[in-house]
Amino acid sequence: MGGVSFDLGLGGFGPQLLVGAGLSLKLWLASLVLGTCFGLLAALSRLSGSRILRRLAGLYINVTRGIPELLVVFLLYYCGSATLSWIVGEYVELSAFAAGTFALALVFGAYTAEIFRGGILAVPHGQTEASQALGLGKLGAFALVILPQAWRHALPSFGSQCIILVKQTSLVSVIGLEELMRKGKIAVNSTNEPFIFYMTIGAIYLAITLILTVVLRLAERRASRSLAGA
Amino acid sequence: MILDFQIIASVFPSLLSATKVTLALSLCILVLGVMIGIPLGLLNAGRNRVLRWLSEIYILIFRGTPPMVQLFVVYFGLSQFEAVRESFLWPVLRSAYWCAVIALGLNSGAYVARMFAGALRAIPAGQIEAAKALGLGPVASFLTIRAPLAFRTMLPAYCNEVIMTVKVTALASTITVQELMGRARSEVNDTYAPYEVLLSTAAIYLALIYGLSWFFAWLEQHLNPTRTGRSADKTPATLSIRQEG
Repeated sequence: MGGVSFDLGLGGFGPQLLVGAGLSLKLWLASLVLGTCFGLLAALSRLSGSRILRRLAGLYINVTRGIPELLVVFLLYYCGSATLSWIVGEYVELSAFAAGTFALALVFGAYTAEIFRGGILAVPHGQTEASQALGLGKLGAFALVILPQAWRHALPSFGSQCIILVKQTSLVSVIGLEELMRKGKIAVNSTNEPFIFYMTIGAIYLAITLILTVVLRLAERRASRSLAGA
Repeated sequence: MILDFQIIASVFPSLLSATKVTLALSLCILVLGVMIGIPLGLLNAGRNRVLRWLSEIYILIFRGTPPMVQLFVVYFGLSQFEAVRESFLWPVLRSAYWCAVIALGLNSGAYVARMFAGALRAIPAGQIEAAKALGLGPVASFLTIRAPLAFRTMLPAYCNEVIMTVKVTALASTITVQELMGRARSEVNDTYAPYEVLLSTAAIYLALIYGLSWFFAWLEQHLNPTRTGRSADKTPATLSIRQEG
Protein backbone atom coordinates (compact mmCIF):
# COMPACT_ATOMS: atom_id res chain seq x y z
CA MET A 1 0.00 0.00 0.00
CA GLY A 2 1.32 3.39 -1.01
CA GLY A 3 2.04 4.77 2.47
CA VAL A 4 1.47 8.42 3.28
CA SER A 5 0.39 9.62 -0.15
CA PHE A 6 -2.33 6.97 -0.15
CA ASP A 7 -3.61 8.07 3.22
CA LEU A 8 -3.92 11.69 2.17
CA GLY A 9 -5.32 11.28 -1.35
CA LEU A 10 -7.32 8.11 -0.62
CA GLY A 11 -5.89 6.53 -3.77
CA GLY A 12 -7.22 9.36 -5.90
CA PHE A 13 -10.75 8.80 -4.62
CA GLY A 14 -10.65 11.71 -2.16
CA PRO A 15 -12.10 14.25 -4.62
CA GLN A 16 -14.76 11.70 -5.60
CA LEU A 17 -15.86 11.49 -1.97
CA LEU A 18 -16.19 15.27 -1.88
CA VAL A 19 -18.32 15.22 -5.03
CA GLY A 20 -20.48 12.59 -3.33
CA ALA A 21 -20.73 14.70 -0.19
CA GLY A 22 -21.88 17.61 -2.35
CA LEU A 23 -24.65 15.48 -3.83
CA SER A 24 -25.61 14.28 -0.33
CA LEU A 25 -26.00 17.90 0.75
CA LYS A 26 -28.10 18.68 -2.33
CA LEU A 27 -30.31 15.69 -1.54
CA TRP A 28 -30.56 16.88 2.06
CA LEU A 29 -31.57 20.39 1.05
CA ALA A 30 -34.12 19.23 -1.53
CA SER A 31 -35.81 16.80 0.85
CA LEU A 32 -35.67 19.36 3.65
CA VAL A 33 -37.58 21.94 1.59
CA LEU A 34 -40.10 19.46 0.16
CA GLY A 35 -40.47 17.67 3.51
CA THR A 36 -41.13 20.93 5.35
CA CYS A 37 -43.97 21.62 2.89
CA PHE A 38 -45.39 18.13 3.51
CA GLY A 39 -45.05 18.63 7.26
CA LEU A 40 -46.77 22.02 7.24
CA LEU A 41 -49.58 20.73 5.02
CA ALA A 42 -50.10 17.70 7.25
CA ALA A 43 -50.02 19.84 10.41
CA LEU A 44 -52.60 22.27 9.00
CA SER A 45 -54.78 19.36 7.87
CA ARG A 46 -54.64 17.86 11.36
CA LEU A 47 -55.78 21.22 12.75
CA SER A 48 -58.40 21.89 10.11
CA GLY A 49 -62.16 21.69 10.58
CA SER A 50 -62.53 19.04 7.88
CA ARG A 51 -62.77 15.55 9.27
CA ILE A 52 -61.57 13.92 6.04
CA LEU A 53 -58.44 16.09 5.95
CA ARG A 54 -57.72 15.29 9.60
CA ARG A 55 -58.09 11.56 8.97
CA LEU A 56 -55.96 11.62 5.81
CA ALA A 57 -53.16 13.52 7.53
CA GLY A 58 -53.30 11.17 10.49
CA LEU A 59 -53.11 8.16 8.18
CA TYR A 60 -50.10 9.60 6.35
CA ILE A 61 -48.27 10.41 9.57
CA ASN A 62 -48.94 7.08 11.28
CA VAL A 63 -48.25 4.85 8.28
CA THR A 64 -45.01 6.62 7.35
CA ARG A 65 -43.73 6.48 10.91
CA GLY A 66 -44.61 2.82 11.23
CA ILE A 67 -42.35 1.50 8.46
CA PRO A 68 -38.56 1.63 8.12
CA GLU A 69 -37.17 4.57 6.13
CA LEU A 70 -35.31 2.14 3.89
CA LEU A 71 -38.62 0.56 2.88
CA VAL A 72 -40.03 3.99 2.00
CA VAL A 73 -37.02 4.55 -0.27
CA PHE A 74 -37.54 1.16 -1.99
CA LEU A 75 -41.27 1.74 -2.34
CA LEU A 76 -40.72 5.07 -4.06
CA TYR A 77 -37.96 3.67 -6.26
CA TYR A 78 -39.73 0.54 -7.45
CA CYS A 79 -43.29 1.80 -7.47
CA GLY A 80 -42.79 5.55 -7.95
CA SER A 81 -42.35 5.57 -11.74
CA ALA A 82 -45.18 3.12 -12.34
CA THR A 83 -47.59 4.98 -10.09
CA LEU A 84 -46.67 8.35 -11.58
CA SER A 85 -47.04 6.99 -15.12
CA TRP A 86 -50.41 5.53 -14.22
CA ILE A 87 -51.58 8.89 -12.84
CA VAL A 88 -50.24 11.02 -15.70
CA GLY A 89 -51.26 8.53 -18.37
CA GLU A 90 -47.88 8.31 -20.11
CA TYR A 91 -44.55 6.80 -19.15
CA VAL A 92 -42.59 8.90 -16.67
CA GLU A 93 -39.14 7.90 -15.52
CA LEU A 94 -38.39 8.80 -11.89
CA SER A 95 -34.65 9.29 -11.33
CA ALA A 96 -32.90 7.93 -8.24
CA PHE A 97 -32.46 11.52 -7.03
CA ALA A 98 -36.17 12.31 -7.45
CA ALA A 99 -37.28 9.05 -5.83
CA GLY A 100 -34.82 9.53 -2.97
CA THR A 101 -35.83 13.16 -2.40
CA PHE A 102 -39.49 12.26 -2.40
CA ALA A 103 -39.00 9.32 -0.03
CA LEU A 104 -36.93 11.30 2.47
CA ALA A 105 -39.34 14.24 2.24
CA LEU A 106 -42.28 11.95 3.02
CA VAL A 107 -40.51 10.67 6.13
CA PHE A 108 -39.36 14.16 7.15
CA GLY A 109 -42.89 15.51 6.71
CA ALA A 110 -44.42 12.75 8.83
CA TYR A 111 -42.11 13.55 11.73
CA THR A 112 -42.20 17.34 11.46
CA ALA A 113 -46.00 17.50 11.08
CA GLU A 114 -46.48 16.78 14.78
CA ILE A 115 -43.73 19.27 15.67
CA PHE A 116 -45.43 22.02 13.64
CA ARG A 117 -48.82 21.11 15.08
CA GLY A 118 -47.44 21.37 18.60
CA GLY A 119 -45.81 24.71 17.76
CA ILE A 120 -49.02 26.14 16.32
CA LEU A 121 -51.06 24.92 19.31
CA ALA A 122 -48.54 26.52 21.67
CA VAL A 123 -49.41 30.00 20.38
CA PRO A 124 -52.08 31.41 22.71
CA HIS A 125 -55.54 31.76 21.19
CA GLY A 126 -55.62 35.44 22.13
CA GLN A 127 -53.06 36.05 19.39
CA THR A 128 -55.51 34.80 16.75
CA GLU A 129 -58.29 36.93 18.19
CA ALA A 130 -56.04 39.99 18.37
CA SER A 131 -54.99 39.61 14.72
CA GLN A 132 -58.63 39.23 13.72
CA ALA A 133 -59.44 42.38 15.65
CA LEU A 134 -56.74 44.08 13.60
CA GLY A 135 -58.53 42.90 10.46
CA LEU A 136 -55.69 40.70 9.21
CA GLY A 137 -57.91 37.94 7.84
CA LYS A 138 -57.30 34.21 8.19
CA LEU A 139 -54.30 33.89 5.91
CA GLY A 140 -52.67 37.09 7.09
CA ALA A 141 -53.09 36.13 10.73
CA PHE A 142 -51.52 32.75 10.09
CA ALA A 143 -48.57 33.98 8.02
CA LEU A 144 -47.78 37.15 9.99
CA VAL A 145 -48.73 36.35 13.58
CA ILE A 146 -49.12 32.62 14.25
CA LEU A 147 -46.37 31.09 12.10
CA PRO A 148 -43.50 33.32 13.34
CA GLN A 149 -44.35 32.46 16.96
CA ALA A 150 -45.04 28.77 16.28
CA TRP A 151 -41.67 28.58 14.53
CA ARG A 152 -39.89 29.53 17.75
CA HIS A 153 -41.54 26.68 19.66
CA ALA A 154 -40.89 24.19 16.88
CA LEU A 155 -37.26 25.06 16.18
CA PRO A 156 -35.43 22.74 18.64
CA SER A 157 -37.28 19.57 17.56
CA PHE A 158 -37.27 20.65 13.93
CA GLY A 159 -33.49 21.04 14.18
CA SER A 160 -33.14 17.49 15.51
CA GLN A 161 -35.06 16.22 12.51
CA CYS A 162 -32.77 18.18 10.15
CA ILE A 163 -29.79 16.38 11.69
CA ILE A 164 -31.50 12.99 11.43
CA LEU A 165 -32.21 13.80 7.78
CA VAL A 166 -28.46 14.21 7.06
CA LYS A 167 -27.90 10.66 8.28
CA GLN A 168 -30.90 9.38 6.34
CA THR A 169 -29.54 10.63 3.01
CA SER A 170 -27.16 7.65 3.14
CA LEU A 171 -30.17 5.37 2.60
CA VAL A 172 -30.56 6.60 -0.97
CA SER A 173 -27.27 4.88 -1.85
CA VAL A 174 -29.19 1.58 -2.00
CA ILE A 175 -31.05 2.71 -5.12
CA GLY A 176 -27.85 3.71 -6.89
CA LEU A 177 -27.65 7.46 -6.37
CA GLU A 178 -23.95 8.32 -6.28
CA GLU A 179 -23.97 10.31 -3.08
CA LEU A 180 -21.30 10.03 -0.39
CA MET A 181 -22.08 6.47 0.72
CA ARG A 182 -22.29 5.13 -2.85
CA LYS A 183 -19.04 6.85 -3.83
CA GLY A 184 -17.47 5.07 -0.89
CA LYS A 185 -18.70 1.69 -2.10
CA ILE A 186 -17.31 2.40 -5.57
CA ALA A 187 -13.95 3.41 -4.12
CA VAL A 188 -13.85 0.29 -1.95
CA ASN A 189 -14.62 -1.94 -4.93
CA SER A 190 -11.57 -0.73 -6.81
CA THR A 191 -9.12 -0.18 -3.93
CA ASN A 192 -10.11 -3.00 -1.54
CA GLU A 193 -9.57 -0.68 1.43
CA PRO A 194 -12.98 -0.68 3.15
CA PHE A 195 -11.77 0.36 6.58
CA ILE A 196 -10.10 3.64 5.65
CA PHE A 197 -12.89 4.66 3.25
CA TYR A 198 -15.83 3.93 5.52
CA MET A 199 -14.04 5.62 8.42
CA THR A 200 -13.43 8.68 6.24
CA ILE A 201 -17.06 8.73 5.17
CA GLY A 202 -18.11 8.45 8.80
CA ALA A 203 -15.86 11.41 9.61
CA ILE A 204 -17.41 13.49 6.82
CA TYR A 205 -20.94 12.76 8.07
CA LEU A 206 -19.83 13.52 11.63
CA ALA A 207 -18.36 16.86 10.53
CA ILE A 208 -21.61 17.79 8.77
CA THR A 209 -23.83 16.84 11.73
CA LEU A 210 -21.56 18.64 14.22
CA ILE A 211 -21.49 21.83 12.15
CA LEU A 212 -25.25 21.64 11.78
CA THR A 213 -25.66 21.19 15.54
CA VAL A 214 -23.69 24.38 16.19
CA VAL A 215 -25.59 26.34 13.53
CA LEU A 216 -28.92 25.18 14.96
CA ARG A 217 -27.91 26.16 18.47
CA LEU A 218 -27.09 29.66 17.23
CA ALA A 219 -30.40 29.81 15.35
CA GLU A 220 -32.28 28.78 18.49
CA ARG A 221 -30.56 31.47 20.51
CA ARG A 222 -31.42 34.03 17.85
CA ALA A 223 -35.03 32.88 17.57
CA SER A 224 -35.61 33.20 21.30
CA ARG A 225 -33.65 36.44 21.82
CA SER A 226 -36.80 38.40 22.51
CA LEU A 227 -37.65 35.89 25.22
CA ALA A 228 -34.31 36.20 27.02
CA GLY A 229 -34.85 37.15 30.64
CA ALA A 230 -38.59 36.70 30.31
CA MET B 1 -52.64 -1.17 -11.18
CA ILE B 2 -54.32 -4.08 -9.48
CA LEU B 3 -52.58 -6.14 -6.83
CA ASP B 4 -52.04 -9.79 -7.62
CA PHE B 5 -53.22 -11.58 -4.51
CA GLN B 6 -51.75 -14.88 -5.67
CA ILE B 7 -48.26 -13.39 -5.46
CA ILE B 8 -49.03 -11.90 -2.04
CA ALA B 9 -50.21 -15.30 -0.80
CA SER B 10 -47.11 -17.00 -2.17
CA VAL B 11 -44.54 -14.56 -0.69
CA PHE B 12 -46.26 -13.99 2.65
CA PRO B 13 -45.05 -17.17 4.44
CA SER B 14 -41.48 -16.40 3.39
CA LEU B 15 -41.80 -12.81 4.66
CA LEU B 16 -43.29 -14.00 7.93
CA SER B 17 -40.44 -16.40 8.55
CA ALA B 18 -38.00 -13.52 7.90
CA THR B 19 -39.93 -11.46 10.46
CA LYS B 20 -38.66 -13.89 13.09
CA VAL B 21 -35.11 -12.96 12.10
CA THR B 22 -36.01 -9.27 12.43
CA LEU B 23 -37.37 -9.87 15.93
CA ALA B 24 -34.39 -11.98 17.03
CA LEU B 25 -31.99 -9.38 15.60
CA SER B 26 -33.83 -6.56 17.40
CA LEU B 27 -33.69 -8.46 20.68
CA CYS B 28 -29.92 -9.09 20.40
CA ILE B 29 -29.32 -5.43 19.51
CA LEU B 30 -31.41 -4.24 22.45
CA VAL B 31 -29.60 -6.52 24.91
CA LEU B 32 -26.19 -5.35 23.70
CA GLY B 33 -27.44 -1.74 23.70
CA VAL B 34 -28.45 -1.96 27.36
CA MET B 35 -25.22 -3.73 28.30
CA ILE B 36 -23.24 -0.86 26.78
CA GLY B 37 -25.63 1.99 27.47
CA ILE B 38 -26.16 1.57 31.22
CA PRO B 39 -22.46 1.65 32.27
CA LEU B 40 -21.76 4.35 29.70
CA GLY B 41 -24.67 6.45 30.96
CA LEU B 42 -23.40 6.04 34.50
CA LEU B 43 -20.00 7.38 33.43
CA ASN B 44 -21.67 10.17 31.49
CA ALA B 45 -23.59 11.35 34.54
CA GLY B 46 -20.67 10.68 36.89
CA ARG B 47 -18.11 12.93 38.53
CA ASN B 48 -14.93 11.74 36.82
CA ARG B 49 -14.23 14.33 34.15
CA VAL B 50 -12.04 12.15 31.89
CA LEU B 51 -14.54 9.30 31.85
CA ARG B 52 -17.35 11.76 31.25
CA TRP B 53 -15.57 13.16 28.21
CA LEU B 54 -14.77 9.69 26.85
CA SER B 55 -18.39 8.63 27.13
CA GLU B 56 -19.46 11.92 25.55
CA ILE B 57 -17.17 11.29 22.56
CA TYR B 58 -18.56 7.76 22.15
CA ILE B 59 -22.12 9.08 22.16
CA LEU B 60 -21.26 11.90 19.78
CA ILE B 61 -19.62 9.59 17.23
CA PHE B 62 -22.34 6.95 17.23
CA ARG B 63 -25.19 9.44 17.09
CA GLY B 64 -23.48 11.72 14.61
CA THR B 65 -22.90 9.16 11.85
CA PRO B 66 -25.41 7.10 9.85
CA PRO B 67 -25.93 3.56 11.21
CA MET B 68 -25.26 2.27 7.70
CA VAL B 69 -21.69 3.59 7.89
CA GLN B 70 -21.24 1.89 11.26
CA LEU B 71 -22.49 -1.39 9.77
CA PHE B 72 -20.07 -1.13 6.85
CA VAL B 73 -17.09 -0.32 9.07
CA VAL B 74 -17.76 -3.39 11.22
CA TYR B 75 -18.72 -5.82 8.44
CA PHE B 76 -16.44 -4.78 5.55
CA GLY B 77 -13.85 -2.68 7.38
CA LEU B 78 -12.72 -4.98 10.16
CA SER B 79 -12.39 -8.08 7.96
CA GLN B 80 -9.70 -6.24 6.01
CA PHE B 81 -7.19 -6.79 8.82
CA GLU B 82 -5.27 -10.02 9.04
CA ALA B 83 -5.17 -9.73 12.83
CA VAL B 84 -8.97 -9.77 12.93
CA ARG B 85 -9.22 -12.67 10.49
CA GLU B 86 -6.85 -14.74 12.60
CA SER B 87 -8.30 -13.82 15.98
CA PHE B 88 -10.74 -15.92 17.98
CA LEU B 89 -13.44 -13.34 17.14
CA TRP B 90 -13.37 -14.17 13.44
CA PRO B 91 -16.24 -16.71 13.53
CA VAL B 92 -18.40 -13.88 14.93
CA LEU B 93 -17.11 -11.06 12.74
CA ARG B 94 -17.39 -13.18 9.61
CA SER B 95 -21.14 -13.46 10.01
CA ALA B 96 -23.24 -10.61 8.65
CA TYR B 97 -25.87 -11.27 11.31
CA TRP B 98 -23.49 -10.81 14.23
CA CYS B 99 -21.86 -7.82 12.60
CA ALA B 100 -25.31 -6.24 12.42
CA VAL B 101 -25.85 -7.05 16.11
CA ILE B 102 -22.49 -5.50 17.05
CA ALA B 103 -22.74 -2.34 14.92
CA LEU B 104 -26.39 -1.58 15.69
CA GLY B 105 -25.94 -2.63 19.33
CA LEU B 106 -23.06 -0.17 19.72
CA ASN B 107 -25.32 2.43 18.13
CA SER B 108 -28.23 1.66 20.42
CA GLY B 109 -25.82 1.82 23.39
CA ALA B 110 -25.12 5.48 22.62
CA TYR B 111 -28.85 6.33 22.69
CA VAL B 112 -29.46 4.32 25.87
CA ALA B 113 -26.47 6.00 27.54
CA ARG B 114 -27.83 9.46 26.74
CA MET B 115 -31.25 8.48 28.10
CA PHE B 116 -29.91 6.87 31.26
CA ALA B 117 -27.57 9.78 32.01
CA GLY B 118 -30.43 12.22 31.55
CA ALA B 119 -32.69 10.18 33.82
CA LEU B 120 -29.98 9.99 36.50
CA ARG B 121 -29.50 13.77 36.39
CA ALA B 122 -33.24 14.28 36.71
CA ILE B 123 -33.42 12.55 40.11
CA PRO B 124 -34.28 15.16 42.74
CA ALA B 125 -31.35 15.84 45.09
CA GLY B 126 -33.64 15.24 48.07
CA GLN B 127 -33.97 11.55 47.14
CA ILE B 128 -30.21 11.09 47.18
CA GLU B 129 -29.86 13.00 50.44
CA ALA B 130 -32.60 10.86 51.97
CA ALA B 131 -30.70 7.73 50.88
CA LYS B 132 -27.58 9.10 52.57
CA ALA B 133 -29.54 9.95 55.70
CA LEU B 134 -30.71 6.33 55.80
CA GLY B 135 -27.05 5.30 55.86
CA LEU B 136 -26.99 3.80 52.35
CA GLY B 137 -23.53 3.74 50.76
CA PRO B 138 -22.97 4.82 47.14
CA VAL B 139 -23.53 1.31 45.73
CA ALA B 140 -26.64 0.57 47.79
CA SER B 141 -27.98 4.02 47.06
CA PHE B 142 -27.49 3.46 43.34
CA LEU B 143 -29.03 0.01 43.28
CA THR B 144 -32.03 0.66 45.48
CA ILE B 145 -32.81 4.34 44.89
CA ARG B 146 -31.17 5.96 41.87
CA ALA B 147 -31.33 3.15 39.31
CA PRO B 148 -35.01 2.26 39.86
CA LEU B 149 -36.00 5.94 39.74
CA ALA B 150 -33.95 6.46 36.59
CA PHE B 151 -35.46 3.40 34.91
CA ARG B 152 -38.94 4.66 35.54
CA THR B 153 -38.08 8.08 34.13
CA MET B 154 -36.50 6.68 31.00
CA LEU B 155 -39.19 4.08 30.27
CA PRO B 156 -41.13 6.12 27.68
CA ALA B 157 -37.94 7.08 25.86
CA TYR B 158 -36.72 3.50 26.00
CA CYS B 159 -39.95 2.16 24.51
CA ASN B 160 -39.36 4.56 21.66
CA GLU B 161 -35.84 3.19 21.33
CA VAL B 162 -37.23 -0.36 21.01
CA ILE B 163 -39.43 0.75 18.12
CA MET B 164 -36.57 2.63 16.47
CA THR B 165 -34.46 -0.52 16.79
CA VAL B 166 -37.03 -2.69 15.01
CA LYS B 167 -37.06 -0.14 12.19
CA VAL B 168 -33.28 0.18 12.06
CA THR B 169 -32.80 -3.58 11.63
CA ALA B 170 -33.97 -3.05 8.04
CA LEU B 171 -30.47 -1.66 7.42
CA ALA B 172 -29.00 -5.11 8.08
CA SER B 173 -30.30 -6.01 4.61
CA THR B 174 -27.53 -3.79 3.17
CA ILE B 175 -24.94 -6.27 4.49
CA THR B 176 -26.90 -9.28 3.16
CA VAL B 177 -28.75 -10.30 6.35
CA GLN B 178 -31.99 -12.01 5.34
CA GLU B 179 -34.28 -10.30 7.79
CA LEU B 180 -37.68 -8.96 6.71
CA MET B 181 -36.29 -6.15 4.51
CA GLY B 182 -33.57 -8.38 3.07
CA ARG B 183 -36.06 -11.12 2.27
CA ALA B 184 -38.36 -8.56 0.67
CA ARG B 185 -35.54 -7.40 -1.59
CA SER B 186 -34.79 -10.98 -2.65
CA GLU B 187 -38.48 -11.63 -3.30
CA VAL B 188 -38.73 -8.47 -5.42
CA ASN B 189 -35.83 -9.74 -7.51
CA ASP B 190 -37.36 -13.22 -7.81
CA THR B 191 -40.96 -12.30 -8.54
CA TYR B 192 -40.57 -8.93 -10.34
CA ALA B 193 -43.63 -7.86 -8.37
CA PRO B 194 -42.42 -4.91 -6.25
CA TYR B 195 -45.92 -3.64 -5.39
CA GLU B 196 -47.16 -6.90 -3.93
CA VAL B 197 -43.94 -7.72 -2.06
CA LEU B 198 -43.15 -4.25 -0.70
CA LEU B 199 -46.71 -3.49 0.36
CA SER B 200 -46.93 -6.85 2.18
CA THR B 201 -43.63 -6.02 3.87
CA ALA B 202 -44.94 -2.61 4.89
CA ALA B 203 -48.05 -4.24 6.33
CA ILE B 204 -45.95 -6.60 8.45
CA TYR B 205 -43.76 -3.77 9.73
CA LEU B 206 -46.83 -1.69 10.55
CA ALA B 207 -48.42 -4.57 12.46
CA LEU B 208 -45.17 -5.17 14.32
CA ILE B 209 -44.56 -1.54 15.23
CA TYR B 210 -48.13 -0.67 16.17
CA GLY B 211 -48.42 -3.89 18.15
CA LEU B 212 -45.34 -2.88 20.10
CA SER B 213 -46.38 0.73 20.55
CA TRP B 214 -49.83 -0.19 21.89
CA PHE B 215 -48.26 -2.73 24.22
CA PHE B 216 -45.91 -0.04 25.55
CA ALA B 217 -48.73 2.46 25.99
CA TRP B 218 -50.55 -0.17 28.07
CA LEU B 219 -47.36 -0.99 29.99
CA GLU B 220 -46.64 2.64 30.83
CA GLN B 221 -50.13 3.12 32.12
CA HIS B 222 -49.91 0.07 34.35
CA LEU B 223 -46.37 0.51 35.60
CA ASN B 224 -46.77 4.13 36.54
CA PRO B 225 -49.67 4.57 38.96
CA THR B 226 -48.53 8.10 39.82
CA ARG B 227 -49.17 9.34 36.33
CA THR B 228 -52.91 8.90 35.83
CA GLY B 229 -54.91 10.73 33.23
CA ARG B 230 -52.70 10.38 30.19
CA SER B 231 -53.00 12.95 27.45
CA ALA B 232 -55.90 12.45 25.10
CA ASP B 233 -53.60 12.53 22.08
CA LYS B 234 -54.37 9.45 20.01
CA THR B 235 -50.86 9.04 18.63
CA PRO B 236 -49.12 6.44 20.78
CA ALA B 237 -46.51 8.18 22.90
CA THR B 238 -43.88 5.71 21.77
CA LEU B 239 -44.02 6.94 18.21
CA SER B 240 -42.77 10.35 19.18
CA ILE B 241 -39.44 11.61 18.00
CA ARG B 242 -36.07 10.34 19.03
CA GLN B 243 -34.45 13.46 20.47
CA GLU B 244 -31.00 14.46 19.33
CA GLY B 245 -28.48 16.65 21.08
